Amino acid sequence: MKIGTPKETLKGENRVAMTPDSALQLQKLGHDCVIEAGAGVAAGFGDDAYRAVGVEVVKTATALWKAADIIAKVRPPSDTEIGWLTRDKTLISFFWPAQNQALLEFCRTRGASAIAMDMVPRISRAQKMDALSSMANIAGYRAVIEAGSNFGRFFTAQVTAAGKVPPAKVLVVGAGVAGLAAIGAATSLGAIAYAFDVRSEVAEQIESMGAEFVFLDFEDQAQDGAAACGYAAPSSPEFRQKQLEKFRELAPQMDIVITTALIPGRDAPKLWLKDMTEAMKPGSVVVDLAAERGGNCDLTVPGEKVVTKNGVTIIGYTDFPSRMASQSSTFYSANIRHMLAELTPAKDGVIVHNMEDDVIRGATVIHRGEITFPPPPPKVQAIAAQKPREKAKELTPEEKRTHEIAAFKAQTRQQFTLLAAGGSAILLAGLFAPASFMQHLIVFVLSVFVGFQVIWNVSHALHTPLMAVTNAVSSIIILGALLQIGSGSWLVLLLAAASVLMAGINIFGGFMVTRRMLAMFQKS
Amino acid sequence: MEFGFTTAAYVFAAILFILSLGGLSGQESAKRAVWYGIWGMTLAVFATLIGPGAGNWWLSAMLLAGGGAIGWPVANRVQMTEMPQLVAAMHSLVGLAAVFIGFNTEFEMVRIAAIQAASDTAALEALKGFALKVAEKTPAEISILKAEVFVGLFIGAVTFTGSVIAYGKLAGKVDSRAKKLPGGHALNAGAALLSALLLVLYLAGAGTWTLMVMTVLAFFIGFHLIGGIGGADMPVVVSMLNSYSGWAAAAIGFSLSNDLLIVVGALVGSSGAILSYIMCKAMNRSFISVILGGFGNRAGPAMAVEGEQLTVDAAGVAAALDEADSIIIVPGYGMAVAQAQQSISDLTRKLRASGKQVRFAIHPVAGRLPGHMNVLLAEAKVPYDIVLEMDEINEDFPETDVVVVIGSNDIVNPAAQEDPNSPIAGMPVLEVWKARQVFVSKRGKGTGYSGIENPLFYKQNTRMFFGDAKDSISKLLQAV
Repeated sequence: MKIGTPKETLKGENRVAMTPDSALQLQKLGHDCVIEAGAGVAAGFGDDAYRAVGVEVVKTATALWKAADIIAKVRPPSDTEIGWLTRDKTLISFFWPAQNQALLEFCRTRGASAIAMDMVPRISRAQKMDALSSMANIAGYRAVIEAGSNFGRFFTAQVTAAGKVPPAKVLVVGAGVAGLAAIGAATSLGAIAYAFDVRSEVAEQIESMGAEFVFLDFEDQAQDGAAACGYAAPSSPEFRQKQLEKFRELAPQMDIVITTALIPGRDAPKLWLKDMTEAMKPGSVVVDLAAERGGNCDLTVPGEKVVTKNGVTIIGYTDFPSRMASQSSTFYSANIRHMLAELTPAKDGVIVHNMEDDVIRGATVIHRGEITFPPPPPKVQAIAAQKPREKAKELTPEEKRTHEIAAFKAQTRQQFTLLAAGGSAILLAGLFAPASFMQHLIVFVLSVFVGFQVIWNVSHALHTPLMAVTNAVSSIIILGALLQIGSGSWLVLLLAAASVLMAGINIFGGFMVTRRMLAMFQKS
Repeated sequence: MEFGFTTAAYVFAAILFILSLGGLSGQESAKRAVWYGIWGMTLAVFATLIGPGAGNWWLSAMLLAGGGAIGWPVANRVQMTEMPQLVAAMHSLVGLAAVFIGFNTEFEMVRIAAIQAASDTAALEALKGFALKVAEKTPAEISILKAEVFVGLFIGAVTFTGSVIAYGKLAGKVDSRAKKLPGGHALNAGAALLSALLLVLYLAGAGTWTLMVMTVLAFFIGFHLIGGIGGADMPVVVSMLNSYSGWAAAAIGFSLSNDLLIVVGALVGSSGAILSYIMCKAMNRSFISVILGGFGNRAGPAMAVEGEQLTVDAAGVAAALDEADSIIIVPGYGMAVAQAQQSISDLTRKLRASGKQVRFAIHPVAGRLPGHMNVLLAEAKVPYDIVLEMDEINEDFPETDVVVVIGSNDIVNPAAQEDPNSPIAGMPVLEVWKARQVFVSKRGKGTGYSGIENPLFYKQNTRMFFGDAKDSISKLLQAV
């Protein structure tokens, strides 16, 4: 099959769906690659780089759409491009089928197939094809960089001869992939990061990235992230009210706010209201990663950077990944490459469009002239349902004390019972057994006791030497053989002699091995 | 020589043995402790040879030297990875010796009883050594002696076959999975019951044949009991057999009225029991269920594992190690099998030289012997102060950049915490999956010793580094 990538037609789109690296991998799958001249220039990949790895470079877009069987691109196709999409061709790109019904219908009439990279199900197996996540990662990082370039201060705290600088405080709203990437970038620049998410189970992830989870005191805030396949679901009005109150409280302290809250298939929720922006200090920055879907901030203008009256910069760019075209093209082309690897199971250049496969089925929106969107729910759950986690109860000092006393009492009782049972057993034996036996019994019981006490202290690392040493020591049984070897018949002599020999092996072998082992332990 | 001198020597030897075991509480004092053990043993043997009751001392000395000539080179030659087998094999010798000595006692009793019955005064006066002691016993003492012989024989025989089977399993000569004959525990219980019946018969004077039958039964119990214990419990088995061999020695000590034998036997017996108990605690298994041969294995559908195992090559691991500041290495039995400890030691040295924090996390039951990993790492000259126990390091995983798991499986299995139906549910495990990235060096896609799937391998921050551990680490060494 021939895989082709045209130059993106949308203005300002710098990404490209095929890089020289990914082309090389695609050829390993048995495919041929073709690219439109100049497609990768904006992302830093010249035509010669493609030629060097054996990619055919064609002059015009029409020629490319004609030559290729599979078209891989970034943005949804424009109307002109759909005109070139003929029967039996397959298009792989972002598609947004829920928002682009007309486009979907138009493509269907062309009789082609379309795979939407934004519809890849969120299951672990499909992660390598998850273009949304890889783009969100870049967007999150870029959001911090954009904020930094519009923020007039350091991120990190510094004490210098020329004065003291406080650290920047960054609030990240929505801890999805983009949010977590933003937290990571902000903390590594030295800022103090706070993060909020409606899904309380991401608190652990937030903390792992080095931010503080903004805790909301709300009774049934436990939203199960698994319910919406790892995305957030709309929250109740009461919850929303609490949430906004918290934001209002935080707004004056924050230097940078990055909002990333999105709900699948809906407009972005308004979370950073006008009054919050007004409460912020002059020079603060709000970066709205949800701008394309209307924005989380009231004052966002999609695609633009605006400055409010009180000097707060609001960045509503919609092309964060495209602003890092080289990085995002590398990721996106790798996602495409993995998708094609799924479609080429035998690695022989033959496409098998297996509609039974969860991932392929989920991403395919049009198959041979039929709309297959929306897909049925995937057979495997995206994320294991969260078990309700029980909080360990904090014990008050009095409770602790009572627990300790109870434990102590239980221990005392146990010891008393054991002593009473053991003591009466021994006394009972003493009533019947002859004195000579009792003498030995004393020795025996005391030795068992000594053994118990001594071994508790042996460190774990030395358990193997301990075993070797006790093994060597247990050949003390040789004494029995030595005592018998001199008395009695030839049979006794023979058996005793064999015992002496075996125990002898054990003595020498056991001690030797232990010494070897212990000699190896050394301090650094 | 006088009896008093022998006793004095015994007291001193017993003290030396106690010091020897107690000295193992620290790495440095342990080196001294071995010498205490050696001197204690020398003193005990010497005092017995010259003491009352011993004869044929030249023969004994020769045999002892012969034993040394066999044991010394074997112990010198054996690989550190073969340590578990060696220890098990040596236990079987002690067990067999106990059986022989038990029978000797019985033969002597029979002979003396015959002489006494014939009222052959000349023969009675001609008795010496051990036989003389037996002859002086009262009837009550004789029946106590009989019971002691019986118990000693029984434990010795179980130790013998049990150790042989354990040796076979550890050396890979016998299938290591838990195997039971049809009938299972009922067979063991039946054999034990029959043995108890034989004890009654024997005490009632039924003769030597009862002892012989009982020994055969005990042989069977040892074989079947240890055969029924699965590979993952092997460390417990070895220390349990160790304990048995101690009790056998103590029982023999009773029958020979030798206090030193009793003291040392009890020391070894209780230390082995404690060790087994500590290990069972570490694995969250019931002590009783392990020593009775895998009683009460829980059943239930295990949680299905979804996802796919992502692989990585040496260059990928090396890149991650280059970037990491803190690294924890989790070695397991796979490291021992592949003899990879030397390469790992080299890798550790290299990483430490470039200023990274490298530590080792050792699970209490990693390997086939308690402390197995510590010994191997020590052999490869990994400093022991960076080798930490599970409890010391488990909390550090979330702050760790890279964890390298080398040939371990069950001890890093998150199913123990997540899946209540898992056979290892509740067993404390090393929480490696909490680290930022986990690399698992593993031979193939097989399951661990317990034969269960490991969800760790499917986690998103886990990458599988397939291949023989030694080859893999050597490759890594070049790439770092």
